Parts: sequence; structure tokens; C-alpha cells
Amino acid sequence: MAAPALAKPPVLDKAKGEKCVEETSVMRKRHMDFLKHQRDDTVHGGIRGAKHSLAGCVECHANARDGAVLGSSQHFCQGCHEYAAVKLDCFDCHTSHTKSAQASQKRGVPR
Amino acid sequence: MIPVDESRRKFLGTTAAAAGALALGPGVMLYSYAEAKAGSGAGERTIRWGMLVDTTKCASGCTACVDACNTEHNIAPAKLPTDVQWIRKVELKDERTGAVHSMPVMCQHCAEPPCVDVCPTGASFKRADGIVMVDRHTCIGCRYCMMACPYKARSFVHEPTTNKSSVAPRGKGCVESCTMCVHRVDKGGTPACVEACSDAGHRAIIFGDLNDPNSEIAKRVKAATTTQLRADLRTDNGVRYQGL
Ligand code: HEC
Ligand code: HEC
Ligand code: HEC
Repeated sequence: MAAPALAKPPVLDKAKGEKCVEETSVMRKRHMDFLKHQRDDTVHGGIRGAKHSLAGCVECHANARDGAVLGSSQHFCQGCHEYAAVKLDCFDCHTSHTKSAQASQKRGVPR
Repeated sequence: MIPVDESRRKFLGTTAAAAGALALGPGVMLYSYAEAKAGSGAGERTIRWGMLVDTTKCASGCTACVDACNTEHNIAPAKLPTDVQWIRKVELKDERTGAVHSMPVMCQHCAEPPCVDVCPTGASFKRADGIVMVDRHTCIGCRYCMMACPYKARSFVHEPTTNKSSVAPRGKGCVESCTMCVHRVDKGGTPACVEACSDAGHRAIIFGDLNDPNSEIAKRVKAATTTQLRADLRTDNGVRYQGL
């Protein structure tokens, strides 16, 4: 059987701002570690709005039109994870939309 | 998470309490605030967040606290007993005197929380400042905590969720309950129910630090007779009721 050709690297939505919360090369490899560390600091230690906040990633990395990090293979978190065959459960609970995109969605009906 | 030697801490805790508490007789204490013991993590160890519900001010039929909680945490008004609900209004009637009390009941933020005792993964935990909650990243949805809770304060999310909010992430398969609005409290704010009750003109719920002698709540529980629901279980609740 012939080996499948490598898929082309994904083209992702451009982020807001000049640079990421850490060096881009570091983020590429270690963002999941930062997130899990932040998660414990916030939930157990009450530290909020810190640099590695998940809500923070979404604010900068959301698509300019729909304000989301998921939705298509161009959307930031989805695009790369599809390419790398990574499956997340974070967004089963966490919103994939920026604050302003949430506000324009229908409110108050969680299901 | 910082592991703590609970047995050592408990030992130190009881010794201090025995020395400091005012005893009426063997085993009968006037006041006993177990100090908020750290479950894990940082946070303010000297603080014990609590609430005082004045049932004489709570209006029958008023649901301002429940509505505010639902809005704050993106919860649809409960229709089924299995729907998510963090706070509910309860009417109590004394059959002998006919006296009726209306009051909100939510997680009582016990100093000795049974939900934490039974949790097999450590997802049910108590913050250093006394707030009891579920770390939904570690919750496996077994619901032991719901069985253990004497106040039926916890809900299970049975359905997938849509329309998410960044304040209250929620997903199918986890248990959740009142967090005393940690996201507000951590920023120096007040829980949504307390604010709504005050806005509705009742001021039946107050929030504050039970360990700070200058706080309104500490002064009120010192001056008036207040009760903890099911005090016989000795869970030492952070939520107290006046006028029951
Ligand atoms: C079952 C629901 C659920 C799932 C799944 C989940 N979370 Fe959370 N997460 C929560 C809740 C609830 C909070 C607490 C929010 C608060 O206290 O404000 C939270 C808070 C956080 C925080 C701190 C708040 C923020 O925005 O920075 C981080 C970081 C975080 N989660 C990361 C993750 C990551 C990474 C994943 C996936 C690996 C994940 N979570 C999956 C429910 C969930
Ligand atoms: C202040 C805005 C901002 C925040 C907050 C932010 N990022 Fe970034 N991020 C950027 C920018 C800008 C880049 C692109 C830098 C570049 O092109 O060199 C980037 C790059 C990245 C990359 C590398 C992308 C690639 O193409 O290789 C990853 C992965 C990443 N971010 C993940 C995250 C995660 C996870 C979070 C939350 C913990 C986060 N970012 C928070 C702005 C942000
Ligand atoms: C440049 C590609 C890329 C981008 C962009 C990216 N990720 Fe990842 N992510 C990965 C890879 C690759 C892994 C798996 C690494 C591994 O398993 O060692 C991963 C893993 C994760 C994990 C751990 C999953 C687990 O089950 O343990 C989390 C959490 C995560 N990413 C969150 C995010 C979030 C949130 C965003 C958007 C803000 C994002 N990532 C954007 C490449 C990316």
C-alpha cells in the first residue's frame, strides 16, 4: 500500500495583537500545558484573568467575522487540531466564542 | 495542587477549637466555626465566605434570587426535577403553629462537606476560603456527591449544552452547584442572588467573611440567633438562617 501524501499545513485565522502570550514556537508545542496549569490555578486558587486563560485565547484567536475559534478548518483551534488529529473536549463546556459574539447570540437558553 | 497533611491539620484544628470555644456543657457549644481548611491550592486561608438568610425578610412568591442565579450562570428555568438548579425557593410550614417561612436554599458551603468526603476523584473540593464546588475537569459524573448532600443542592447535567457563556462553562456528564459566584467574589464582588435580593428591596440575604469580626455578616451572626440547616449533621454550614 502506498503511504498517504502528507496533508498541507492548515491556513489558520490570523490572531489579534502583535504576539502570543508566550513565544510562538513555545506556544505551538506547549499551549496545552499552560492551559491545564491555568485551569487548576483558576478553579482551585481563584486566580482569574491571568495570562494563560482559555477565555483569553479565544478573545485573540477568534475569527474576525463570527468571533469563534471553531467552525471550519480555517478556525484557529479547530484547523490545527484537525490537521494534527487532536480531539478536545474543552469546548463541550467552554464557549468557543468571544464575549461580544456571545452577547449577540440568543441569551438565557442553555440547551 | 498542594497536597496537605489533613490528619495533622485536623488535629491542630480541634485542639485550637477546644481551647477557644465557649462550652455550655459537655459537647454543647454556643458557637463553633470550624476554620476553613484548605482543600487545595492558594487563596485566602483566613477568610471564610458565608451568607446569612433572614427568613423574616424573604418574601413568599419572590424569586429574584433564583432568576438572578439563572441569568448569571446561563441556566434555563427548571421545569423537571432533573434540570440544573443552583438555588431554589422553599416554603416551610410549622404544622403546629401555622407559621410559614419562605427562604432560598442553595449549597450550604459546609466546613465538613459530605460531598467532598465521598468524591472518588477529588473533583468535589473546598477552596481555602470555604467555598465548596466541583472541579468539572476532574468530575466523572458518578453523582455520589448528590447522594451525600443533605440539602439536595447539586444538579447533574443530563443533556448536551448549546449557547455557552464564558462565566459558566457547562457540559453533559458533570455535577454542578452554587459556587457562591466565585467569579465575582474573586474580583471583590457579591454573589448575584444577594445583589438581586437587595435590588428587589428585601435585603434578605447578606454575604461576607464570617472570620472578619468587622464584617456585617459576622456582627449579625454574633448579635442574633441564627441556625444552620440540619445542624445535627455537624457539617458546619457557611450559609446561616435567621428567623427559622
Ligand atoms: C465539564 C465541563 C468542562 C470541560 C469539559 C472543560 N472545562 Fe474548563 N472550566 C469549566 C468550569 C466550570 C470552569 C470554572 C469557571 C469559573 O470558575 O469561572 C472552567 C475553567 C477553566 C479555566 C479557567 C478559566 C479560563 O477561561 O481561563 C481554564 C484555563 C480551563 N477551564 C481549561 C480547560 C481546558 C484546557 C479544557 C479541555 C482540556 C477544559 N477546560 C474542559 C468546565 C469545563
Ligand atoms: C494578545 C493576543 C493573544 C492571546 C491572548 C493568545 N494568543 Fe496565541 N497568538 C497570538 C498571535 C498574534 C500569534 C501569532 C504569532 C506569530 O505569527 O508569530 C499567536 C500564535 C499562537 C500559536 C501558534 C500558531 C501557529 O501558527 O503555529 C498557538 C498554538 C497559540 N497562539 C495558542 C494560544 C493559546 C492556547 C492561547 C491561550 C492560552 C493564546 N494563544 C493566547 C495572539 C494571542
Ligand atoms: C499550531 C497547531 C495548533 C493550534 C493552532 C492549536 N493547537 Fe492545541 N494542540 C495541538 C497539538 C499538535 C496538540 C497535541 C499535542 C500532543 O498530544 O502532544 C494539541 C493539544 C491541545 C490540548 C490538549 C488536548 C488533550 O486532550 O490533552 C489542548 C487543551 C489544546 N490543544 C488547546 C488548544 C486551544 C484552546 C487552541 C486555540 C486557542 C489550540 N489548542 C490551538 C496543536 C495546535
